[in-house]
Amino acid sequence: MAKYLLLKHYRGAPASVNDVPMDQWTPEEVSAHVQYMRDFAARLEGTGEFVDSQALSAEGTFVRYDGEGRPPVTDGPFAETKDLIAGWMVIDVETYERALELAGELSAAPGAGGKPIHEWLELRPFYGESPTITE
Amino acid sequence: MDEVLLRTLIPTVIGILVRRGADFAAAEDAVQDALVEAVRVWPHGAPRDPKGWLVTVAWRKFLDAARADTSRRQREVRVEDEPLPGQGVGVDDTLQLYFLCAHPSLTPASAVALTLRAVGGLTTRQIAQAYLVPEATMAQRISRAKRTISGVRFNQAGDVATVLRVLYLVFNEGYSGDVDLAAEAIRLTRQLAVKTHHEEVAGLLALMLLHHARRPARIGPGGRLVPLAEQDRGLWNTRLIAEGVDVLQTALARDRLGEFQAQAAIAALHADAATAEETDWVQIVEWYDELVRLTDSPVARLNRAVAVGEADGPRAGLAALAGLDPALPRHTAVAAYLHERDGDLVTAARLYAEAARSAPNLAECEHLTRQAARLNAQLRG
Repeated sequence: MAKYLLLKHYRGAPASVNDVPMDQWTPEEVSAHVQYMRDFAARLEGTGEFVDSQALSAEGTFVRYDGEGRPPVTDGPFAETKDLIAGWMVIDVETYERALELAGELSAAPGAGGKPIHEWLELRPFYGESPTITE
Repeated sequence: MDEVLLRTLIPTVIGILVRRGADFAAAEDAVQDALVEAVRVWPHGAPRDPKGWLVTVAWRKFLDAARADTSRRQREVRVEDEPLPGQGVGVDDTLQLYFLCAHPSLTPASAVALTLRAVGGLTTRQIAQAYLVPEATMAQRISRAKRTISGVRFNQAGDVATVLRVLYLVFNEGYSGDVDLAAEAIRLTRQLAVKTHHEEVAGLLALMLLHHARRPARIGPGGRLVPLAEQDRGLWNTRLIAEGVDVLQTALARDRLGEFQAQAAIAALHADAATAEETDWVQIVEWYDELVRLTDSPVARLNRAVAVGEADGPRAGLAALAGLDPALPRHTAVAAYLHERDGDLVTAARLYAEAARSAPNLAECEHLTRQAARLNAQLRG
């Protein structure tokens, strides 16, 4: 099994096909989208492939060390151009192909007009464990 | 195995070990070990005397640990079976545990964790699951908390107010993992109310009961948040409401008002309305005035602005909102609601979308997005 991170971006990813902001959908479309995400996670729990899913608040700040005895420097929140992660799902699957398949399904979550968003998700493999048997 | 019964025994057993001469930290560890063993072996045959079993096993665990410890640190250990003279006589151990676990030197998160373990009798694993942190992290949080209070004498009187804040935090955490923290908070507050006759303990208990009564109506299909005005009031638990109102009235009759009684009074007025339209907003505003007077809390002022909007119209609500810090959590959501009531749908839709972006949790974020979507759909015609 291999773990993959499915990253969803508030911004920074290429524009999705059905690119309408959520507050311009109908309330029913919002509910349908939320339900799709829930069902997707529940189904992966059922197949033994779900690890974790978290959503992030839309605001964030960059922080860095600024030397001994000085408070950290902060930067942001940033203008629209910067990358901003909305949340993630971690899956544990047999093959890369399976990870692609699931990412594709998640990207098909319904949006405006009840049609798939075709949202770009970022698929990132985790580093695996070092094998016990090496030769 | 009745797990709640098992948990009610935990503070008593800790108290017995402390009276036998164990310090609190060691006694608490030993009882936790015994608890974990009980969870493991009781399903295969519960003992006839659960408390006796727990005391015996915990005491053995304590002695094992103390012996191991003595050889390392030469700590003096008293192993008498009888309570030491002058110690703990006439003192309620459970009440002392509440005070100790909510000691003001602890951070709120530590006090919550320690209370759930030593008073609530939950295992570290259950507490970790409820707060979505690894078990090792929670174990460290608890052992650091115990080190922090190691100098506090067990029989020192504490402040009920700090205990109530801890219980309030536990209740507000609601429900995640396999432990219902809201129900657990109610159990612990109920137990505390039996041991003290403090009006605010009763006030908090009433507040919890009245809010818990509405829980079945608060979450709709797919985890959707249902606002008070739209809740199916037939789903409210009338038994809990009746109990909450009863507890509150008894407390109010003693004429020593506090913030929890005032909050409970507001919850009781909501519970009393058969439909949202029948809500007595004028009285609710009066209670918010009391609450602001008692706490001077900006959150109370914000909620008061909503109530004023209902009692005297949205313009009055917006005026009440005007003086408050816009950075307050939910300020934008309240502004959106009042603007909608005032008929300014464009502003309301914009503010709902803005409020969704700064919502404190996902359920609220989705709820506010849906509100923005609803108004935008309406505006498009």
